[in-house]
Amino acid sequence: MARWTPQKRKKAWVTTLFGSYYVIFILFIYGPMIAMFILSFQGRRGGTSFPMRGVSLYWWEKLIEPSTVGDMQGALMRSLILALIVMLITAVFSTMLAMAFRKRFFGANVLFYMVMAGLMVPGILLSLSLATLMRQIGMPAAWWSSGLGVHVVWTLPFGFLVMMAVFNRFDTSLEEAARDMGANEWTVFKEVTFPLVLPGIVAAGLFGFTLSYDEFARTTLLAGEFNTLPLDINASMTQRIRPTLFALGTASTLFSILMIGLFLGIYSLLYRRTN
Amino acid sequence: MEEREVSLHRGLIGAQPEPAANGQRVNRQASREGGFPTGWLIAPSVAWLLLFLVIPLISIFVFSFWTSTGYGWTSTGYGLEPGFNLQNYGDYFVSNGFFDPESRRFLSPSVFIKTLGTTFRFTFEVMLLCLLIGYPIAYFLAMRVKSFKWQMALFLLCMVPFWTSYLIRAVAWLPMLGRRGLLNSMLLALDIIDKPTRVLLYSEFGYTTALVQIYIVLCVGPIFFSLAKIDADIIEAAKDMGATAFQIFREIIIPLSLPGVAIGMIFIFVMLMGEFATAVVVYGGKTSTVGTVILNYYAIANYPFAAVNAIMLMLAMMAGVVIILRLVNIRKEL
Repeated sequence: MARWTPQKRKKAWVTTLFGSYYVIFILFIYGPMIAMFILSFQGRRGGTSFPMRGVSLYWWEKLIEPSTVGDMQGALMRSLILALIVMLITAVFSTMLAMAFRKRFFGANVLFYMVMAGLMVPGILLSLSLATLMRQIGMPAAWWSSGLGVHVVWTLPFGFLVMMAVFNRFDTSLEEAARDMGANEWTVFKEVTFPLVLPGIVAAGLFGFTLSYDEFARTTLLAGEFNTLPLDINASMTQRIRPTLFALGTASTLFSILMIGLFLGIYSLLYRRTN
Repeated sequence: MEEREVSLHRGLIGAQPEPAANGQRVNRQASREGGFPTGWLIAPSVAWLLLFLVIPLISIFVFSFWTSTGYGWTSTGYGLEPGFNLQNYGDYFVSNGFFDPESRRFLSPSVFIKTLGTTFRFTFEVMLLCLLIGYPIAYFLAMRVKSFKWQMALFLLCMVPFWTSYLIRAVAWLPMLGRRGLLNSMLLALDIIDKPTRVLLYSEFGYTTALVQIYIVLCVGPIFFSLAKIDADIIEAAKDMGATAFQIFREIIIPLSLPGVAIGMIFIFVMLMGEFATAVVVYGGKTSTVGTVILNYYAIANYPFAAVNAIMLMLAMMAGVVIILRLVNIRKEL
């Protein structure tokens, strides 16, 4: 058994202190969400705050009934389809961009800051700008056109940074070898580059999916006639808040967490395979 | 900034083998010959960004000088008249009675500038709190957790909320802060207060708390990455030369983590300046942020004035980012 010197004791004490601080911090960032999860199982007569008046699935059932929260199912479908399209575009565009940035080219700096601007420009500003412009030229806004446009502007920098990091540590000699053996560019990409960077592409795409699925500010003025899920949640908050909203919040959060789990799973699987 | 951003994500991508240090440069040179044409690779992204980012931002600048017809868009006409009208900017800065010495509002800033000021103040408070609360967490994860597996697991646990909807995280504060909320019950149980207080929800306290909880992950991440990059040998060397723990912290750890702090602060600053949803949910719309003002003017079809507010927000943000970058020279710190 190790002897407890004063130094060791002090070190253990400091670590315990930091550890407890970490636990409090985790409680702080997860606490409200946990309270919301519990309250979504509120009894039929219960309200939006503690104490619980029995436990029931009443509010979850209400969530599934079509009439209660407007067009919830439709909004969910639209959000999922939008997120899937954004995922595909983000994965493809960020891979292409990062491949271009492997070489030096004219305007590379400008393009880099243009991509990063998507991260920096507040959602409300972009929403307002594009909505006003589209109205002025007489084009109606819709979630699958203008909504899709600004979502990709938001997710592209994340995917791009991931792919830049992947290509930064990419061993180019493998591609060179394939070229030397007479492979054309497409074959090199298909047989060498793509399999090696696939984990990165998956990461970039899933970044796109989750960020788009939860995006609210950028879609505010741009979804047009039909709402996406975050817009629907926002709309239901302007009415009287009921535990249905908590059930919706819980479902949506669990779905996001599921996506992250899926992402980590696929990622580690692909990663193990390529190494 | 470029290299910095990339290195931020290096940790996330995992530990692929580093290419041999001397071979890397040679490879770069060689790769210039092969590969797809750059033009084709960047064309789709450039077109997309022009269409959905650059052109809208230019047009909002142009629209801020146009005149509103006041009717919005109808089947017969547009909501905007082209022109060069500085009235919108005048209205933004000068309120009624600004030049009238008799008036109560003589030379006092307009309500819009005050809103910008309030937004700035909230943003600054939340940034400061995020830094004070988040830094020790990043420090703990990077410096005190020795096993890489645990480090990553605990770090991911902090980052998960970033991938969930911030709207829902704002809603989740309602059962905590309300008059019959958890916090009130806790305070009652501890005999700190004898009847439920209303100051928690729809108040500055509740608003600030919720904002800190929602945005703090954005600063823990970058600070963690810059702390994790610090070479343990430097700290060892300092210890050998007799530096105290506090000296090490002040002379080595703080300066080397500043780039991460700056990036985290820029993230939070930019997100908070455009914030509007939390203000409505947790503050009950009792305060205006620049974001809510923009939405209000959009709703009443005064598009040029919404545009002016947006331009001012953008200028204020740029100023803020420049100030942060002046305080911490990210390039030099690399």
